[in-house]
Amino acid sequence: MFKNVQSWVIGLTSLFSLIVLTALAIRSDLIILDPKGPVGAIQKDLIIYSIYFMLAILIVVYALFTFIVTKYRDRKNFDKNEYKPDMHGSTKLEIIWTLIPIIIVTALSIPNAKALYELKKPPKSTADKEPIVIHATAVDWKWIFSYPDNNIETVNYVNVPEDYPILFKVTAADSMASFWIPQLGGQIYGMPGMVNELYLQADDPGVYKGRNSNFTGVGMTNQIFRFVALAEEDYQDWLKKTKKNAPELDVGTYEKLMLPETVGEMTFSSTHLEFIDHSKNSEYALNIREKYGVEVKGIRVKADSSEEDENEATISSHH
Amino acid sequence: MIDFIKENLILNDPLIVGANVSILLTLIAIVFVLTYFKKWKWLWTEWVTTVDHKKIGIMYIISALLMLFRGGVDALLMRAQLTVPNNDFLSPQHYNEIFTTHGTIMILFMAMPFLLGLMNFVVPLQIGARDVAYPYLNNLSFWSFFFGAILFNVSFVFGGSPDAGWTNYAPLAIEGSPGPGINYYLLGLQVSGIGTLLTGINFIVTIIKMRAPGMKLLRMPMFSWTTLITSFIIVFAFPILTVTLALMTFDRLFGTHFFTLTDGGNPMLWSNLFWLWGHPEVYIVVLPAFGIFSEVIATFAKKTLFGYKSMIISLVVISFLSFLVWVHHFFTMGGSAAINNVFSITTMAIAIPTGIKIFNWLGTLYKSRIQFTTAMLWALGFIPTFVIGGVTGVMLGMAAADFQYHNNYFLVAHFHYTLIAGVVFACFAGFVYWYPKMFGHKLDERLGKLSFWFFAIGFNVCFLPQFLLGFAGMPRRVYTYVPEDGWTALNVVSTIGAIGMGIGFLILVYNIHYSIRNAKKETTGDAWNGRTLEWATTTAIPPHYNFADVPEIKGIDAFWQMKQENEEKKKKTITYRPIHMPNNASTPFVMSALFFVAGFGLVFELWWLAVIGGIGIIACLLIRSIRSHKEDEGYYVTVEELKKMEQPFHKEA
Repeated sequence: MFKNVQSWVIGLTSLFSLIVLTALAIRSDLIILDPKGPVGAIQKDLIIYSIYFMLAILIVVYALFTFIVTKYRDRKNFDKNEYKPDMHGSTKLEIIWTLIPIIIVTALSIPNAKALYELKKPPKSTADKEPIVIHATAVDWKWIFSYPDNNIETVNYVNVPEDYPILFKVTAADSMASFWIPQLGGQIYGMPGMVNELYLQADDPGVYKGRNSNFTGVGMTNQIFRFVALAEEDYQDWLKKTKKNAPELDVGTYEKLMLPETVGEMTFSSTHLEFIDHSKNSEYALNIREKYGVEVKGIRVKADSSEEDENEATISSHH
Repeated sequence: MIDFIKENLILNDPLIVGANVSILLTLIAIVFVLTYFKKWKWLWTEWVTTVDHKKIGIMYIISALLMLFRGGVDALLMRAQLTVPNNDFLSPQHYNEIFTTHGTIMILFMAMPFLLGLMNFVVPLQIGARDVAYPYLNNLSFWSFFFGAILFNVSFVFGGSPDAGWTNYAPLAIEGSPGPGINYYLLGLQVSGIGTLLTGINFIVTIIKMRAPGMKLLRMPMFSWTTLITSFIIVFAFPILTVTLALMTFDRLFGTHFFTLTDGGNPMLWSNLFWLWGHPEVYIVVLPAFGIFSEVIATFAKKTLFGYKSMIISLVVISFLSFLVWVHHFFTMGGSAAINNVFSITTMAIAIPTGIKIFNWLGTLYKSRIQFTTAMLWALGFIPTFVIGGVTGVMLGMAAADFQYHNNYFLVAHFHYTLIAGVVFACFAGFVYWYPKMFGHKLDERLGKLSFWFFAIGFNVCFLPQFLLGFAGMPRRVYTYVPEDGWTALNVVSTIGAIGMGIGFLILVYNIHYSIRNAKKETTGDAWNGRTLEWATTTAIPPHYNFADVPEIKGIDAFWQMKQENEEKKKKTITYRPIHMPNNASTPFVMSALFFVAGFGLVFELWWLAVIGGIGIIACLLIRSIRSHKEDEGYYVTVEELKKMEQPFHKEA
């Protein structure tokens, strides 16, 4: 096959593409493989472990493939003795290549099972500390975080102390969303009328990107938040200041948050948990929208002139 | 009425208006050409009402190629949008519609009909049958698929496309998507699903009951085997889709609460039901693809398939497991560690029979004599590429790791590696391979190879970077990103690859045009020195009755053995007997058109229209029941006709 110019072009193009890709891979920020907390680390270790197996499989298959395709290609000086058109199987070989995948799958299943159970528990490295409970609620298209112990509520950012296990209780007011901070670990669905739990922990102070990764309509791309890990004392400072300075969250303000739109960061010194539990009530947000005459995508269902400006903020569709 | 049209015709998007105009012009051109050349009657009697499995197969394939074009344009638009950060080439809404239609069309209106087309064309020939068991139903299958596809595609220019992803998750698809888009999705799929289910039934009966004498099940060619297994999966899986779609249709049109947020509906139920169908669906498209590769590899390696029985066993195991893995689509839904663990294991277990198949193909190539034809290139290209899809599938199957892969580009890259390297490569391989049987000449090999290299290299350049984008934390279905995300370079590379794939596809289509003009006519029925019965027909394009004299089958590679064994067969005078053939059928076309009418009525909640359509459908069923004994009398191909039809071969041979 590799005789003429065409083949060289094909070969060189492939090689060139591969080199470019490798270069890009080295230069890219592969954040999932550079975790900043124990949860992400468990997942990264599992991923790397599986990649070794997969590379081994690829190398074996590619080597066999290249060898066979080169050796048995039809050509001028093809050795007819090598041609066995009626060879129809080999029980021995077939048993071997059934057993090897079974062994590999077993080798992958065991650490996977261990990791699954481990992820359900708070991280080991901080087992002495009581986890901080934070409620994370997805609403089209924002994230609301409630600190029930401190009576603080934030929108689109969450402050936590470093080296502390955080137990996120994840739910949603409307669409099914997925709570994900790639560099710390993932990922769990927030669903209306239900609550899911996810432990996370940041080992170092820093700002990490978090988002909803599940498709929830036009604003999904912008349904992002900052996960801010602070030094212990900075965190305590923040708690104190917020309790003192931030406004309380009144029902009216919260109702506005139920409308399908993207908003900036906000801070309050009381939580919505006092008046609504989305993990028990899946209808709340929809009722509010009906009240304001707004459907998702900014399409007005009931004429209500007083809310004209609210609607402009929504990302509207062509319709 | 005019208000209704004004309200729904999309005129505010230049891209869509452009499409509107081109659709209109194409329609006018088609009507003009048909009228000018007086081809309406020909179209009606030779194609629309045909019950010939070969023509139905060709119609499926033509539709699939059109849909591949549509889905491909969607893909290129998405890539264009994602090439650079903060791009506003597409609005978020438009982007959402495009990835929804891309996914739905590629799976349900491209991959499925392409494979059903090849099955239709090949399987009856391969098992030595005159036609499928229910030729009338076969026609209905095609037209209900076709009108379902049209209904789905109309959304694009009239009323707005569905925009909740091809998975159409509740509650987004109910409370979050007003307008007709999702209704189009529900009813388009519903109407075309009728055809798919009928095809499943049809092929099970055909393969069980209509094999040539001597063709035991364990002598059947691998493509027929995969078709049989696939048909069983269809029959088990598609009713789930039918019911699920119906339930959501009730939710949206009649205010029931199966998947709603309010009044006790449960959105999770949709995800479960969807994937209960959706995962077997993946195997509905990939198993026939495996069958095609088996045929192509055996033919051009000039060697019998390695491990025939273990191939069949692994098929059966895969089809069984395909019903036991649906939860892996939402490990992140908060299931217990035990549940996720079980589904991790069943998922990874699928790698075992799949691995067996890969090694069996390598075993077939071992000590063979490989000819690098275009079809073989697609098949050989499949092995290394699909293995990447396979191993990343195992990685995704590990639930604890999947928490990180879920909904990101690692997943996107994975399923494109399985669906493009597995299914699309197979469609192209099968298309090139059986093309001379369909049209009496081969496709140009030089252009064919060129299209392969463009497509295959373009494919890898497009999707390899997406694995890395996954590790870089890029979620799927976002319409744009910011430069600080650091995803730009990889996205640029990916788009370049997509362009390569586009060029590959265009060369493939141009090749059809080129080969019609320049290719040599095939003189025998055996274009590739084939091994299976479809190559044993006396003429290049098989006559409508397939075989004048159905041969006796003695082994797996039936035709190969015949060729090896006897020259005397040619001398043996064949005693022709009249052949009974079924009549054409016009009701299915009308009935499917009425399904379209009723579906369209339901999409816009125009109840009167839906009722008219519904009454029409029932009337068609009644008319058919009353008249069926007359319509089904069929006709005979006489001995004289047979002699005349079979004559050319004997002279040339």
